[in-house]
Amino acid sequence: MIKLDKVSKKFGTGVFGLADISLSVEKKEFVFLVGPTGSGKTTIFRLLIREILPTEGTVIVNDWDLTKLPKHQIPHLRKKIGVVFQDLKLLFDRTVFENVLMPLEVTGVRVEEAKQRVEEVLTQIGIIEHKDKFPIQLSGGELQRVAIARALVLSPQILLADEPTGNLDSATSWEIVKLLSDINEKGTTVIMATHNVDIVKNLSKRVIALEKGKLVRDDKVKKEENKK
Amino acid sequence: MKFIKSSLRNIRRSPYQAFAAVLIMMLTFLTISFFTFLLTGSSRVINFFESKPQVTAFFKNETKQNDINALESQVKNTGKVSSVRFVSKQEALKIYREQNKDDPLLLDLVTADILPASLEISTFKISDLSGISETLKGSPDVSEVIFQKDIVSTLVSWTAAVRKIGIGLIIVLSLVSTFIMITIIGIRISQRKEDIEIMRLIGASDWYIRWPFLFEGMFYAVIGAAIGWTIASLVLWYSTPFLSSFLRGIPILPVSPIFLFEVLLAELIFAMILGFLSSFLAVLRYLR
Repeated sequence: MIKLDKVSKKFGTGVFGLADISLSVEKKEFVFLVGPTGSGKTTIFRLLIREILPTEGTVIVNDWDLTKLPKHQIPHLRKKIGVVFQDLKLLFDRTVFENVLMPLEVTGVRVEEAKQRVEEVLTQIGIIEHKDKFPIQLSGGELQRVAIARALVLSPQILLADEPTGNLDSATSWEIVKLLSDINEKGTTVIMATHNVDIVKNLSKRVIALEKGKLVRDDKVKKEENKK
Repeated sequence: MKFIKSSLRNIRRSPYQAFAAVLIMMLTFLTISFFTFLLTGSSRVINFFESKPQVTAFFKNETKQNDINALESQVKNTGKVSSVRFVSKQEALKIYREQNKDDPLLLDLVTADILPASLEISTFKISDLSGISETLKGSPDVSEVIFQKDIVSTLVSWTAAVRKIGIGLIIVLSLVSTFIMITIIGIRISQRKEDIEIMRLIGASDWYIRWPFLFEGMFYAVIGAAIGWTIASLVLWYSTPFLSSFLRGIPILPVSPIFLFEVLLAELIFAMILGFLSSFLAVLRYLR
């Protein structure tokens, strides 16, 4: 489903964002991507939605080789991947409802159908009562949920969540993680970048650790090595 | 039609930019309308004169009717003349009275004595006019010959000058409005840079992002064109009585509404092209 093969990303400044990373994530997996700030977690997400291209190596998502993906195909790729951005990227002049509606509008779903789908997702995420509020009227946890709702509204096969618990207290963080693992149980592949050690420890999921752009730990590889 | 809604929201949020865009477009289309009216009008006046190959000979006051008759038959005998009409002093006064019936002051001052009798001679071919006019000028009884070829050639050279000025002015104004539109749409795009980035990241296609801006540009141009045309048409309508007395005898006024609507239609199409083109240039420049 997702495969990074010997991927390196060198930025214009000469700094390596990623160095020789190889990993793969199967369908319906839940993966934690951990590592300190600047270790390359966000860079991997940006590669996966083809916001940037790798300097070396190949990135494959859903049989698409992103290094060869023509520009006009990028919107199709992005509709298949839901992203909860670290800085949320919500539109502050639109209501919660309108923010979540946006991916459907972009896709050209019929208005009635789209509105019904937004209601469904907002109910599922538990923020239906805030649907007519503007982002500025919401708490951090609620904003995070809006971002998750927007990422889910197109029923993507893959959900990327970049530090979704970054600014939240531990109780709210747990709620968000619970929400993401529910989504995963319904069949969506989830990759969550975090540096919240508690959460990673308490949830027995696959962990991929990065440090200074290098892969330092991948449970799956370890397990396979143990099997051998 | 979602993009129309988002364009209208843009317009509502920064009305001054919208106002500037509409104003410059209005100015451009006001100029286009005025020159269209002027050039169409003058070309019709020229057609009118050209369709009536005519030379008018005015007689001296003391000329006797016999001499006039002699000249008339001399001209007729050339075989080039389609019609000859004699206008006596009394008839000239009648025509004068009819043309100035709304102005009693002018009527009081003029009597049949001071108006000359004349012969209005039409030829079959416009090229025969010079020969006829030479014959008339040769007669000792004729005080003045008005030869419409002169009027036509004067009008033609005037119209050519007006057309050059008009086309030059329209080109300059179209360029100015294009650049102003590019700037305004460019400002719009920078104001919404963050929104655009977000929309791209959630899978919006280039055209989905472009359409609202293109529509916005077309909207300004069309509104500007409609206002410019309305002002020009109203000015034309209000000045019709004055112009008809100025162009008396030349049947080009009042201007038919069908012609006005044809002008409007052509201007709207041009406005859409201009609006689309300038916002498309802005989109190419600022949305990469």
